[in-house]
Amino acid sequence: MTFDREYFNLGVLDILSCKDTCIHRLDPRTKVIATLLFIIAVVSFPKYEIMGLLPFFLFPVLVFSLGDIPVWLILKKVLLVSSFAAFIGIFNPVFDTAPMVTVSGVAISGGWVSFLSIVLRFFLTMTSVLLLIATTSFPGICHALRRLGMPELFTSQLLFLYRYIFVLLEEAMRMVRARNMRSFRGKGQGARVFVSLVGTLFLRTMDRAERIYQAMLSRGFTGTMRFVRTYRFRATDFALLTVVAAVLYLFRVCDIVGTIGRQTERIF
Amino acid sequence: MSHHIVEFENVRFRYPDGTEALKGASFRITHGESVGIIGANGAGKSTLLMQMNGYMLPSMGTVTIGDLQLTKKTRPEIRKKVGVVFQNPDDQLFMPTVYDDVAFGPLNLGMHAEKVEERVTTALRTVGCLDLREKPPHRLSGGQKRAVSIATVIAMDPDILVMDEPSSNLDPKSRRYLMNLLKGFVHTKIVAAHDLDFILEVCRRCLVISDGRIVADGPAGSILTDRSLLEENHLELPLSLQGRSLRESVVAGSEEKQGAEGSSDEEERSVPG
Amino acid sequence: MTMHMADALLSPAVGTTMWAGTVGTIAYCSRKLQGNIDEKMIPVMGVSGAFLFAAQMINFTIPGTGSSGHLGGGMLLAVLLGPYAALLVMGSILTIQALFFADGGLLALGSNIWNLAVYPCFIAYPLIYRPLTRNDGSPARITIASVTSVVAGLQLGALSVVLQTVLSGRSELPFGTFLLMMLPIHLAIGLVEGIVTAGVINYVKAARPEILESVDQSRPLSAGVRVRNIALVFLGFAIVTGGMLSWFASANPDGLEWSIEKILGKPELGRQDGGMASALKSVQEKTAILPEYDFRKSEGAAEGAGDGKGEQTWPVAAPGRSASGIIGSFIVLAAVLCVGFVLRALRRKTEGGR
Repeated sequence: MTFDREYFNLGVLDILSCKDTCIHRLDPRTKVIATLLFIIAVVSFPKYEIMGLLPFFLFPVLVFSLGDIPVWLILKKVLLVSSFAAFIGIFNPVFDTAPMVTVSGVAISGGWVSFLSIVLRFFLTMTSVLLLIATTSFPGICHALRRLGMPELFTSQLLFLYRYIFVLLEEAMRMVRARNMRSFRGKGQGARVFVSLVGTLFLRTMDRAERIYQAMLSRGFTGTMRFVRTYRFRATDFALLTVVAAVLYLFRVCDIVGTIGRQTERIF
Repeated sequence: MSHHIVEFENVRFRYPDGTEALKGASFRITHGESVGIIGANGAGKSTLLMQMNGYMLPSMGTVTIGDLQLTKKTRPEIRKKVGVVFQNPDDQLFMPTVYDDVAFGPLNLGMHAEKVEERVTTALRTVGCLDLREKPPHRLSGGQKRAVSIATVIAMDPDILVMDEPSSNLDPKSRRYLMNLLKGFVHTKIVAAHDLDFILEVCRRCLVISDGRIVADGPAGSILTDRSLLEENHLELPLSLQGRSLRESVVAGSEEKQGAEGSSDEEERSVPG
Repeated sequence: MTMHMADALLSPAVGTTMWAGTVGTIAYCSRKLQGNIDEKMIPVMGVSGAFLFAAQMINFTIPGTGSSGHLGGGMLLAVLLGPYAALLVMGSILTIQALFFADGGLLALGSNIWNLAVYPCFIAYPLIYRPLTRNDGSPARITIASVTSVVAGLQLGALSVVLQTVLSGRSELPFGTFLLMMLPIHLAIGLVEGIVTAGVINYVKAARPEILESVDQSRPLSAGVRVRNIALVFLGFAIVTGGMLSWFASANPDGLEWSIEKILGKPELGRQDGGMASALKSVQEKTAILPEYDFRKSEGAAEGAGDGKGEQTWPVAAPGRSASGIIGSFIVLAAVLCVGFVLRALRRKTEGGR
């Protein structure tokens, strides 16, 4: 079950990244940098911040709609991984009980406020990462990393890893199924079988690496990976990045929610 | 012309653990020939193929490709002439997209972007996979992977094309497609396979290897119809030639077939319990 | 996957500092490998990463508890591939997990790679595993070495997670309590993983000893000089980290406010970064105190004494402001959703309604 889930997860985001929308067409570097800036802006808020985080929802919404990414798919994944942060976050109301704000007569402790803040941050940051991969293929991200300065050795083997993840997952899946079919009532699922499964898988992997290397040599490999792929960092990319950075900064330092609220009050 | 000759002279090869896989193999293949190499498992087929592009060097004897004798120094040059398509396409397609894989060879040969583009397009078009350019290999079907792995090799424009079990794991339609594709190639073709029908269709000449030696070398038509020769070497007639007798024995009952053919695999599988 | 840091709990200061450390380490390892690399390393590393990723999916039942165990793998890779390659591979696996499974997040990835790869490869392996197995490669010795180094690596990683969380100041968990939660759990995990890791190492060694031999020969990481280098690097990193963090939480938060005020103009535009600065300031206060000390009390006192420009955006005694806050919130959220729907509809129209 876990296997199939992982396989599906990888596969589905992989397929999404092949779409052709204006977001998908951007240079991967733009998207990586923009996502990083977004995350840094979001987490830079003090711990009791809630209102200031709200305008930031604009970004994921824009990407969802312009990039044609199914919302529920991403939300499900975010929920799935929320356990650690939620677990740590839930201690905030436990330890921070001083009342902070009163809303229509009900006193809410600072702990709950900071917990909500954590939840909002979590949602924003996790969504942005998944949207990044959903709109930029993994090889795209690897190329972006390479152009942004990460060592070539690292990015080359990253590409290999990605290429062979599906192959290895299948291979491992087959071995696990074979094990499960021949084990009953917990016998055969223990550590000893696991060890030989993993050991065998590793040895097979080494054999495979050998064969791949053979294939590389026979096509003239001399030690460095060469790529033709040239993403071009166009004027649009640059302009977009500037706009994004500016808006992020604006959202971060201005009290948008408060101002709008006050103006609305003034009108009515 | 001497360019595209493949010549093995008394080639011996011993693995580091002592196994002698080749015990004096000799043959000569000239330009444009299509040669099948058949033999039982463990007879030395794969080892033979690995000598052809220098992945392994002979312990004794000489391998000559064109004008060059195979040595460590001449290996890189020889690899430009000899393209090897391996058995498992997953081992051969290791780049993020089909385009990257097919471009890998030309890029390593030092070509610049436009020339690479040209080579890739031609190669993909030849194997009929031009529309798969941007696909990642793990999204391809078995037949597509096989076709693309051939493209990765012919993009380097080798003189000699070597293939190890090209029809394995292919569905009948893909297999037929591959057969037609190969029949249309003008390269020197060397195909090692268990699929005797495939060899019969694609190759004009046949080498039988057994226990590290070439035990037969002649027109595919004669070798693949020589039942006793084949059976001596752990093989049998191509299924398409067994025709009438096979059908009859299947209909008549398995016992007769077991006795007459003597094929051990079939026997073991049909024994109950 | 309990040990992954999450973006939501991080502050930019801690996150970027850890990233700096991780990128430096990756660059170092890459350079190290580039020099005397076996050409085969690129496919070997790549496929090993895929292998470990797949192996992490396989579970086994732990006898006696009925729960299932998994393999983390940092240590295993270090033994099978050498520490430099292992770090790059672990880093790649964590990158894939961060991107495809949102395991932690992009900013936290720097911390996660540090916590889960640097400690096994550059502390546990050279300082514990290698010395223990150098002269005695028996299965028993390997098991002991493996368990000790895995446990050590995980404990260091767990400690780091706690430190990073506390230093970021988003969570209220006191240092001591958090530590008390994390360490015993990871001790148990480490014991199980260590045994299983030893099993795999012994399996591979028995089947193909040459794999491990080549690692042994080319990585003299346990030589005395090397250990000193490692210690120096860590010391240096600690100093730099401390320095960076102190700079961020500069002793003069008002200075930070002042400069931002200058840039933005008057406070009519809204709050200043006073929130961030005083938050960081209280963090600095916290970290200066002994871990067991219950510093929440002092924090409460500081808040009470703080001015309206403190960490709070909704001061306790300003109901008017909170009302406008709620109104504003709804409007902003509604506006954002509207934008989304409109754009989606527009896009569908231009693409001919997919």
